[in-house]
Amino acid sequence: MEIKGYRIPAMASLLLWAVLWEIVGRLGLTILIPPLSTTLGRLVEIVGTDGFWDAMSITLRTFLWGSFIAILVGVPVGILMGRSVILDRMLLPWVNTFISAPLSALVPVIMALFGFGETTIVLTVVLFAIWIIILDARAGAHAISPSLVEMARVYGASSWQAFTKIFVWSALPEILTGIRLGLLRAVKGVIIGQLLVSVVGFGRLFEIYSSNFLMEHMWALLIVLFGLAFAIDLVFGLIERRVDYFASSRS
Amino acid sequence: MSLDVPSSARPSAGGASAPIVEVRNISQIYPGGVEALNNISLTFPEGELTSLLGPSGCGKTTLLKIIAGLLKPTAGEVLVKGRPVTGPGPERSFVFQDFALMPWATVIRNAAFGLELRGVARSEREAVAEKYVAEVGLKGFERKYPHELSGGMRQRVGLARALAVNADIVMMDEPFSAVDEQTRRQFQEDLLRLVATERKTFLFVTHSIEEAVYVSNRIVLLSRRPSRVSEIIDVNLPRDSDPDGIRRHPDYLDTVERIWQTLKHYLD
Repeated sequence: MEIKGYRIPAMASLLLWAVLWEIVGRLGLTILIPPLSTTLGRLVEIVGTDGFWDAMSITLRTFLWGSFIAILVGVPVGILMGRSVILDRMLLPWVNTFISAPLSALVPVIMALFGFGETTIVLTVVLFAIWIIILDARAGAHAISPSLVEMARVYGASSWQAFTKIFVWSALPEILTGIRLGLLRAVKGVIIGQLLVSVVGFGRLFEIYSSNFLMEHMWALLIVLFGLAFAIDLVFGLIERRVDYFASSRS
Repeated sequence: MSLDVPSSARPSAGGASAPIVEVRNISQIYPGGVEALNNISLTFPEGELTSLLGPSGCGKTTLLKIIAGLLKPTAGEVLVKGRPVTGPGPERSFVFQDFALMPWATVIRNAAFGLELRGVARSEREAVAEKYVAEVGLKGFERKYPHELSGGMRQRVGLARALAVNADIVMMDEPFSAVDEQTRRQFQEDLLRLVATERKTFLFVTHSIEEAVYVSNRIVLLSRRPSRVSEIIDVNLPRDSDPDGIRRHPDYLDTVERIWQTLKHYLD
């Protein structure tokens, strides 16, 4: 963006909002919004505590496990749905239901089944992430060129070879888009799961901070979580762009 | 109606002329009742290049895919080297109209893919593929990706892949229809050279009369849908003369004209 010939860096608007936040905080309009500077100070302080790193490690661990399971199950299921009409008819209504359903409402059910531990959080992550991964892998499987499938058959590919050497690669651009969107939902899942369980990880910290009206702590934690989601999106956007080159040449 | 020409009555252009592929009473009816092929019987002599030629939509490609084992016919059977076809087999390879290359794989991996599926070790299969990549004129492009090549070059990769598996029968489904005219002519000449050196049986589908006459030993004319064999024409052109000489040869021009006169009846 340029204003009167001066190039404005892409992140400049963030700076503006930060200044606004600081002013509103310093005016002391409400206890809910502390100044940004003290929030950042608190952030540094929180990052030094064991509780924070404990929460961070639980979050990362459950996020990685949940995402891993969602990808490992979601990608093959999506591809198989794209290749088999029967399977598609059986599963698509469920996938479409779950992708638009208010999933948070299901977390108490998982909690009732698996207790208040990390398993519940992992499953919440899977629940949030898997549907979009399935749908995108399915779209990718639909985009596989019929002649590539015939080519695999003519040259004697087994079902396994066709799957691993043709289908997965052919659908890769859509699969990666699905994984990126799935991981963003997984971030929601890992946070919502912890908030609802509220005895482990960031959920516990939020519980402590909010019940004690520690607004600076709350905001500091939120900045961390938003930054985390942003970083994940950024990394996968980069990976995706590297694979995009053959999506256009695929025809 | 049987238009099967007894092999003894046909002058052989390629030496050996025992039928390697036999098509027996093949009919194909698509779901919805569209009759693509109607009771087709044919033989393809070994070591020759036979073209299937006919008006567009006449089922040439359908017949080729049935022989390849990609489609099951509604009725009839295909014998390859005396054995009935139930699916694709290692003695048959295929060149696709739209090339069917893997965009994520290099030229050499694409060319070696048939061997990769058979479990041939990497160094071995790449050595074989390298030979055929050079043979089709792509030496130096081994590490390129399909999107870095022109349409004609991509089809050369498809051809190298079909030759690398060392099949007895190479089937080509309108291989040059997606490349421009100059490339196409160059390609046809290269194909003739490969037919001469490889000693394989080629089945070639095309809708171009000139192309069929230029590259074939034998042309099977198919009628409009539901397709029957309308005529079988042997082509005996002096293959050793230069390309332009062949294209001006009276036999070439006469055969083109004769086929045109036959196909004209099938036009609306």
